[in-house]
Parts: sequence; C-alpha cells; structure tokens
Amino acid sequence: MSFWNDPLKVAADWLLGVFTGWGMPEMAANILIGFLGVLLLITVLMVLDIFLVWIERKVVARFQDRLGPNRVGPFGLIQPFADIIKLIIKEDTTPGGADKVVYNIAPMLSMMSVLILWAIVPLAPTILGVDLNIGALYLIAAGAIGTLSIIMAGWSSNNKFALIGAFRQVAVMVSFEVPMLTMLLIPTIFAGSMGMSTIIEKQDVWYVFLAPLAAVIFLIAAIAELGRAPFDMAEGESELVSGFNIEYSGMKFGMFYAGELLHAFTFGGFLAILFFGGYRFFGLEQVSPFLAIAVIVFKAFIGYWIIMWVKYTLLRIRIDHMLAFNWKFLTPLAFSLLMVVALMNALLANAPIWLYISGMFLSNVAVAWAALEIARSVSRREREKVEGPKQVVEVGH
Amino acid sequence: MVPLSWYLIFAAALFSLGLFGVLSRRNAVAILLGIELMLNAVNINLAAFWRYGNVMDMAGQVFAIIVFAVAAAEVSVGLALVISVYRRRNTVVADEIDMMKW
Amino acid sequence: MTGEQIVFLVVALFTLGSGFMVVTTRNLVHAALWLVSTLFGVAVTYAVLDAAFLAVVQVVVYIGAIAILFIFAVMLTRKDVRDQGPQMNKNWWFGALLAVMTFGGLYFLLQGWSGLSKTAAAIPAGFDAVAELGNELVSPAAYVLPFEVASVLLVAALVGAVYVAFNPRSGK
Repeated sequence: MSFWNDPLKVAADWLLGVFTGWGMPEMAANILIGFLGVLLLITVLMVLDIFLVWIERKVVARFQDRLGPNRVGPFGLIQPFADIIKLIIKEDTTPGGADKVVYNIAPMLSMMSVLILWAIVPLAPTILGVDLNIGALYLIAAGAIGTLSIIMAGWSSNNKFALIGAFRQVAVMVSFEVPMLTMLLIPTIFAGSMGMSTIIEKQDVWYVFLAPLAAVIFLIAAIAELGRAPFDMAEGESELVSGFNIEYSGMKFGMFYAGELLHAFTFGGFLAILFFGGYRFFGLEQVSPFLAIAVIVFKAFIGYWIIMWVKYTLLRIRIDHMLAFNWKFLTPLAFSLLMVVALMNALLANAPIWLYISGMFLSNVAVAWAALEIARSVSRREREKVEGPKQVVEVGH
Repeated sequence: MVPLSWYLIFAAALFSLGLFGVLSRRNAVAILLGIELMLNAVNINLAAFWRYGNVMDMAGQVFAIIVFAVAAAEVSVGLALVISVYRRRNTVVADEIDMMKW
Repeated sequence: MTGEQIVFLVVALFTLGSGFMVVTTRNLVHAALWLVSTLFGVAVTYAVLDAAFLAVVQVVVYIGAIAILFIFAVMLTRKDVRDQGPQMNKNWWFGALLAVMTFGGLYFLLQGWSGLSKTAAAIPAGFDAVAELGNELVSPAAYVLPFEVASVLLVAALVGAVYVAFNPRSGK
C-alpha cells in the first residue's frame, strides 16, 4: 500500500504511529486524526472558495464582454485576497434593534450548511469523508439548515426588506425541495442505494444518458435551492435592495457570499456525482486517486460553469410565476418521471443493456415531450382567455 | 454502554417539559410547540426500544416514521387553524378563543 | 464512565436545556429557534442509537419543514401580542405541578421494571437497517397498510390546511 494508491490511509496510519508514540491512547489519537482530516478538507475548500470568487468574476466579465479583475497580480489572481482584506477591515456593524445572537449565528450556519455537504462527497474511490447509505437524504437535510440560516438572517436584521427577501427565499427553497428530492430518487433507483459512492460505482453508463430529463430537473431545482438567478428573488436588487443579507457588512456578508459560491460549486459536484459518473472517466480513477480527484473537480467545474451560464443569461422570474412553475409544472413532471422510470426499471430488469439504456432514454424523451405539449396547450388556452382567439392581422391598411 | 433507562428517563423529562408547555402557555402557537416536544419524546422511546430490543424487527422505526408523518399533518392543520382564527379574531391567545361560533 | 455515556449526557443536557427554553422563553421566535436546537439534539440522539435514517429524516422533516412552518406562523400572528403581557396563563403553577408529577410517576413506574438496565446488543454484521426498513414499509406482510394510511392522512392534511387558511374575502 503506497502513498500514491491510498494517500489518506497511509497518512492516517503514519499519524497514528506518531501520536501513539507520544503516549496517546489509540482512541484519542483516532479522534484527533479525524479532526485533522476534517480540518484539511475544510482548509482546502476555503482556499478553493477564495479562487471561486476570482473565477466567478472572470466568467461573468466574459459573459458581459468585459475583462474582469486584471490589476492585482497576474490576470487579477490576487484580487480575491485584496477583497478579503477589504472585507476584514470594514466596519462590522450590527443594526439597532437587531437580535444580536441570531444575527451573528446566521452567517455561520449558512457556511456550515455548505461545508457539511462535503462529508459525503467521494473525491476518489478511497478518499471520502463518510459513506452514508442515506446520502441523498443527507443532501436535503443540509439544505434544510441553509433554509434556516436565511430565515434567521432575514428576521434578526430588523429590516423589512431583509424579512421579505427571507420569506421569498424560504418559500422557494421549501417548494423546490420537492422536485429535487424526487430527482435524487432516480439515481437511487438505478444504483439500488442512496450512498454516493455506490451511485458512482454503479455508473458504468452515465445516468445522464439513462435519464436526461432527471438531470435537467435536478439542475433547475439546484439553481432554485442556491437562490441564484433566475431564481434570486431573495436578493432581487431592483425591489429589495439586497434581500436577506442587506444589513450584513464586512466578513459576515463575506460568509454569505462565499457560502453561495461554494454552494454552487458543490451542486456542480453533486450533478457530476449523480448524473455524470463522479470521479470515473474511462478507468482513469484506477490509475491514481489524485487523477480521480482531478476528474471530479473538473466535472464539478463544468457543472459550476453551467450554473453561472444560466445565472448570467436569464432574467429574474417573478415570485408567483416561479412558485406556479414549481407546483404546477415541475413537481407533477418530477413525480410522473419517477413513476415512469420505476416502471421501466421493473419492466426492463432482465433486458440486455442496450435495450435498457435506449428504453430509459426514449421514455425520458417521451415524458419531456408530453410535458412540453401539455404546457404549450395550457398556455395557449390561458392566452386566448386574456386576448381572445388569435386573429390574423391584415397586412396593409 | 448507555443503559436503556437513561434514554427512557431522558424521554420522560422531555415529555414533561412539553406537557408543561401545553398546559401553561397562553399563545396557541406555543402550545403547538409543546406538542412537538411531546411527540419527539415518544419518538426517542420508540427508537430506543428498537435498538435495545430485537434489531431485526423494524417496528420501532416504522412507528417513528408514522409519527413523523402525523406530526407534519398535525402542524400544518394546527397552524392553519391558528392563522385562520387570528384573521377573524385578531388574537392567538388560547384563553380568548372561547366561543364555539362567531 | 465511557465515551459513549459522556456523549449521551452532553446531548441529553443540551436537548433538555433547549426544551426548557422552548416552553419558558417570552419571545416566540426565540422559542421556535430553541425548538430547532431541541430537534437537532433529538436527531443526534437517533444517530447515537444507530438509527441514521431517523436522524436524517428528523432534520429534513422537523427542522426543514415543521420548524420553518412554526417560524412563519409566529411571524404571521404577532401584530398585537408582541411579547407583551404574561406568556404563561394564570394556572401555570398547576401545569408545572402536573408536569413534575408526570415525570415523577414515569420515573417511579420505570424503577419497578426489570428491563431497565438492559444494554444493547451489537448490531449484526452486514445488517442494513435502512434497506430492511424500506422493505418492511412496502411489504404486504409488514407495514404497507399503515404506510398508505399515513400518505392519505398527509394528503387530507394538505387539503385541509389549504382550505382552513384560505381567506375568502381577499380570495387568496
């Protein structure tokens, strides 16, 4: 067992030897090593988070035909550090009438709800925090803590805009949890387990080819869960100034902002794990765990890039349209897709692999087509109710 | 190893706290909070009996899940009632909601 | 005292302390937030009891839905009561007495029971509680009927809640 094949185990064994050599009991040493592992993961994530700020600003600049940060350091790479220094030395205000304890806990919870997600992310076959057999539910549970942090921030700020923003955001998050959880069940059906590492190991064919519609719905629900455009009602700058984080300044605001970026990257990672094979890429993961990490980080960045692409392309949707879209379109679609996939999975259980894949793919396409047809006919009827039947405009008066 | 009695006494204490909340609070929402505490105490007992009894028999966990579903239903209907009463009477104090019909 | 017992005691004290705050805090939003920490303590208790599924569902259902619903309800119903006046009714001492008597009675009953000092057997190797639970919930020989009844109850509660909270005057 060399370091290059299983770095975590080798490092843990080495540390165990060192600690017990100092006369520490084995159990205490193991707990200490666990803490060190968590510390390492969180440190790596926070450092990555600093660079996510730079990536986000560069990408949005390109989308908007600008250059982005380019003054500090090569390609503006030092810019995020300058931002951090600015955020830290800024005056740390607490609004009058604010609920101080709740106000200060909310940014921490927001960051925590993102960081705890990484406990179940398998970075390589041997490198993962914990292989929970209920990983899919854990994902939703972490989202619940994020919801709580937003409502705490909005309420404790003692500001109308913050409260309205928090209400909107919580309404969106709670309702989009339904299609999201439903879509998490589809990889669960394919893999026969909710554990993230089992889902990856079973993906000889990427699940996006088996259930493309599920991947799309998961992406939409994930963007809504993140509260990014086009679902960024909580921050609606034009009507709410800045939404739930309006009263936060300095590093407390920085926690919300960094938490959002890392959350987007994390959901890119989960999109990769659930539908794009995670760390698997043509057997590359067998060569070295470090290659596997590179593969999953690359895929996560692609997912993150898609989320950014959507954010900087689409306009904000009105809150009632958004909730109606979820409850009247996305949720029924998710439920019917789940039923179709479960039925097809049972019917094709013993079929050859090519028939299984094409059957799944075609049934997904059929469900998507039917849903779009129904949506189109309903919207046509709604339009006719408002405008009267469509009339042919005569040319040339 | 933690003996079963610790869990049972813990659950009994939580149940009594919930009972105190239900009997003593004036606000109807706070009364519902007390009911949640009592339901959670019951669930701790169910999970503890599952773990300390025959692990193969999942009855304890199944019952706990049914309790989750019932609690969710109870809270949604209960809070809807409270909000409806608040709209009509402009109060959520349980003592003041004393007419059968208005 | 083993490590497991220390963990249990810390969790239990944290949970009971938050539970006490739930029933005594004057500010109702704080009471709802203390309820969240109580529920979290109970979730950790489930995890200590090796019921991982229950622990996660506790966080999803109770913290993610029920506690949020409570916070919403408190905010929607506090125009006039805004933490003024007594939060306890005038019979609160009787409630306290009854609660203490309930605890004492339960404690007394438990003292006389022989299975009290029982310790848990180790979970058999290869036993997957989540898979077993899933099988039992949908198997006709086990609990499929209560499961379906619970789902009907949830639908009924959903419809009922919407109907009750519907405001006919504003049409919303």
